Amino acid sequence: MKNKFSLFVVVIFLSFCFVIFYKGLNTPNNYTPKVNEKKNIPTFRAKDFNLDSHINSDEIFEENTFYIVNIWASWCVPCRAEHPLLMQLSKNQSIKLIGLNYRDNYDNAKKFIDDFGNPYSRILIDKDGTLGIEFGAYGVPETFLIDKNKDIIKKFVGPINQEIVNEIKSIIK
Amino acid sequence: MLANQIGYYSLILGLLLSVLLCGVSIKDFNNIHKQINQNVLSLSFLQLVFVIVSFLSLIISFINSDFSNETVFNNSHTTKPLFYKISGTWGNHEGSLLLWLLVLTLFIFLFLIKSREQPKKYRILTLLFQQIIIIGFFLFVLMTSNPFNYLFPIPNEGLGLNPILQDPALAIHPPILYLGYVGTSIIFSSSLAAVTQNYVSKQWGQHIKKWVLVSWIFLTLGIMLGSIWAYYELGWGGFWFWDPVENVSLMPWLTLTALLHCIVVLERRAALTSWVVILSITTFTLSMCGTFLVRSGILNSVHTFANDPARGIFILIFLFALIVLSLGIFFLFHKENNKSSNNFFWLSRETAILINNWFMMYFLSVVLIGTVYPIFLDVISSEKISVGPPFYQKLIVPFLIPFLLFMSLGPQLKWIKSKIENKKSLIITFIISVMLAFFIIKNLTTNLLFYTVLISAAFFLFFTTLKELFIKRFDNVSQTVSHFGFSLLILSVLFNSILSSEIITNIKIGERYDYNKGEIFFKKIEERKESNFNSIIAFFEIKDKNGKTIELNPEIRIYNQPVIITSEADIKTTLLKDNFLVMNLVKGNEYFNIRYQVKTFMVWIWISVLLLSLGGIMSLFKRKI
Amino acid sequence: MKILKIFILLFLVTNFSELRSDEINDVLKNKILKNIRCLICQGQSVYDSESEFASSIKLIVDRKINEGLKEKQIYQFLREKYGDWVIFDPQLNKNTYVLWLLPLLLFLFGGAIIYKKIILNKK
Repeated sequence: MKNKFSLFVVVIFLSFCFVIFYKGLNTPNNYTPKVNEKKNIPTFRAKDFNLDSHINSDEIFEENTFYIVNIWASWCVPCRAEHPLLMQLSKNQSIKLIGLNYRDNYDNAKKFIDDFGNPYSRILIDKDGTLGIEFGAYGVPETFLIDKNKDIIKKFVGPINQEIVNEIKSIIK
Repeated sequence: MLANQIGYYSLILGLLLSVLLCGVSIKDFNNIHKQINQNVLSLSFLQLVFVIVSFLSLIISFINSDFSNETVFNNSHTTKPLFYKISGTWGNHEGSLLLWLLVLTLFIFLFLIKSREQPKKYRILTLLFQQIIIIGFFLFVLMTSNPFNYLFPIPNEGLGLNPILQDPALAIHPPILYLGYVGTSIIFSSSLAAVTQNYVSKQWGQHIKKWVLVSWIFLTLGIMLGSIWAYYELGWGGFWFWDPVENVSLMPWLTLTALLHCIVVLERRAALTSWVVILSITTFTLSMCGTFLVRSGILNSVHTFANDPARGIFILIFLFALIVLSLGIFFLFHKENNKSSNNFFWLSRETAILINNWFMMYFLSVVLIGTVYPIFLDVISSEKISVGPPFYQKLIVPFLIPFLLFMSLGPQLKWIKSKIENKKSLIITFIISVMLAFFIIKNLTTNLLFYTVLISAAFFLFFTTLKELFIKRFDNVSQTVSHFGFSLLILSVLFNSILSSEIITNIKIGERYDYNKGEIFFKKIEERKESNFNSIIAFFEIKDKNGKTIELNPEIRIYNQPVIITSEADIKTTLLKDNFLVMNLVKGNEYFNIRYQVKTFMVWIWISVLLLSLGGIMSLFKRKI
Repeated sequence: MKILKIFILLFLVTNFSELRSDEINDVLKNKILKNIRCLICQGQSVYDSESEFASSIKLIVDRKINEGLKEKQIYQFLREKYGDWVIFDPQLNKNTYVLWLLPLLLFLFGGAIIYKKIILNKK
């Protein structure tokens, strides 16, 4: 009796392990942080791209409107691809774009903006990548949507596409 | 080309021989002859020959850089030195599986010729169980990881071997490790055979103990080689990272160590039969489980093999089939002997060994759960976590204290019933240990009480085993040597972690960097060209505060095929400490990033592991008393 | 006893002075970096990694230590940004009760079996 019971338990346990391993094989094991968690805007101090001065985060996000924070760099190829979409978004009145120039050379970045246009109402310089970390980014490009309560409500890793632009537009309506 | 064909068809012939062997040996099973039919032995030998031929043809393809072979194309290059062309054979998934097969067939052949005094039916059953494993691996190789895939058109050049694998320690690490890892298959097969024949007895214990020892010795040495390689090649001076790949080699080691201890109880007292069988089954299952975890890509680790889901599913099904088979046999055939020998007096050698097993199983559960838990959590709740060194340290290190104390006292006990002798001298040894531990580390760490107790326990084992070694009896030297090695291992690991120091800084050529214990001077760099890499050799002079200088020449290598930059540490080893220097390029300027580490008692970690396995070797060659 | 003496001598030679505060910070920093997992080369810790992400994390950790944050607070900061996955030391929470407690339960269970085996014999 006791033997049968333990056999039963062992069989159940093994089947359980088998199922888990089998399913585990089919789930990707590369980790990407969650994208839909609501977070507060970090507080930081950063150098402005166009002015030669530093600015606090609460001054940047002071208006009662939606914001987009876009991390970009002139050396980043996907950033080029998403740039026209950012230009398109910047024409929208109910949203402001903040650029975060990530680990870039100033002259190259300047040329990039001059060549492709400037969708940003303000650009911040993130020379050593630490500002990106305050936002929870780990690469370029990444885009964050911030609502009127000053919460980061959405995060998009990699270049944005038309679908994402539509999603953003429907949120900020 | 030709080698390719020969290799492939040898594999198929090897598989056919497996089937034939099964048939012949089943026929021979009920034959009244006392010895196994000579044909079985010859067939087993022939199978080994075919696998060797197959393996040699792969080596030849590698030596000739025959890029019509896909495995060679993926892992070799014409400019690679001959030595690494050869070692590249088993440095990849396909080739290493061929090595598995080689060890599997080699061990069963050796088993057959070394077990002539054993009952015939038991030997035949062992062969059958082993052939089940062998067939599984033949199918695995042929179906999912054929090392002889043909490429057309034939590429001119191969993709090359990852440079961090081009290393002498890593060239011999897989064969040694596999001898241990795969050697456990024999223990598995023979324990199943013994269960079916109701032969789990003293004689069986004596006979299988040798196989346990052989696997254990190779596994210990294999793990050590891997660890040495990680120490100087991965570059950051660590030697154990609790990475899944390391954990899966540690798990069978833990069960094998437990088995090694309780097989002695079986041998002496015919007790613990079920437990010995369970451990034998578990050990090989864990080896297989490790193969699954590493080869399927289910875990992400520093060094996994290329991922292919088909492989993962194959091993998973095979693994569970083996588990079900062995459990079925265990539940159907195993009879627990209800003799009094199954209960032990509280103060006896048997109890001490049980306690050893208790701790071993605990350590195993920590490592196993830590390694697979993230998979379970991810599948069940999609939450992802990382389980790293702090987890293992928190759960293992405190338990080392009672473990070490039991380990010091256990071997003093006699079989069946005992009392503690020499209480006085033990107490004195203990007091000395505590005082010494306290005296040494009183300025060094914030967690004084904990470390004093831990180090005292390690010293206690150190002194008791040392005393046995020099003063007392000599009948069990092998065990004492191993235990002494273990105490030395714990002590050197602890002191290494407490006393080591490191300096990380950016420095350019000609610059001096002062730190409170001395000065680092970056003299110059030189460039050198080799057939498969270019290197930058840096010349550093490091002066400690006593004015003693040492020169260290770390290297940065730029391998051409594939293009990978590696940092080669320069290490000066002395008995007291290793001076370890490694440098890296800093992107975009003339600075180099250097890490200078002083690693206390580093060499003793390796020495103590060698002592540990030396004990095993001594026990293997010990004459019967 | 001779060996004992040698050992004592040996430790006196290697003379350990107490650490200065900036060194303590360095030790702490390295300890923390070893416990942060790199998102770019996922098998490695930030300490071992040379990626840009890792170098930024190193700067951030350095800055946070200088701001006076404790080890735990730095982990918490990173957990909030990147999830539990980035820290090698799993917290005790509903996701990890089994992870932390199962080995300990098994230990107790094993102890009980041995205890039973020995006690039975005493009777």
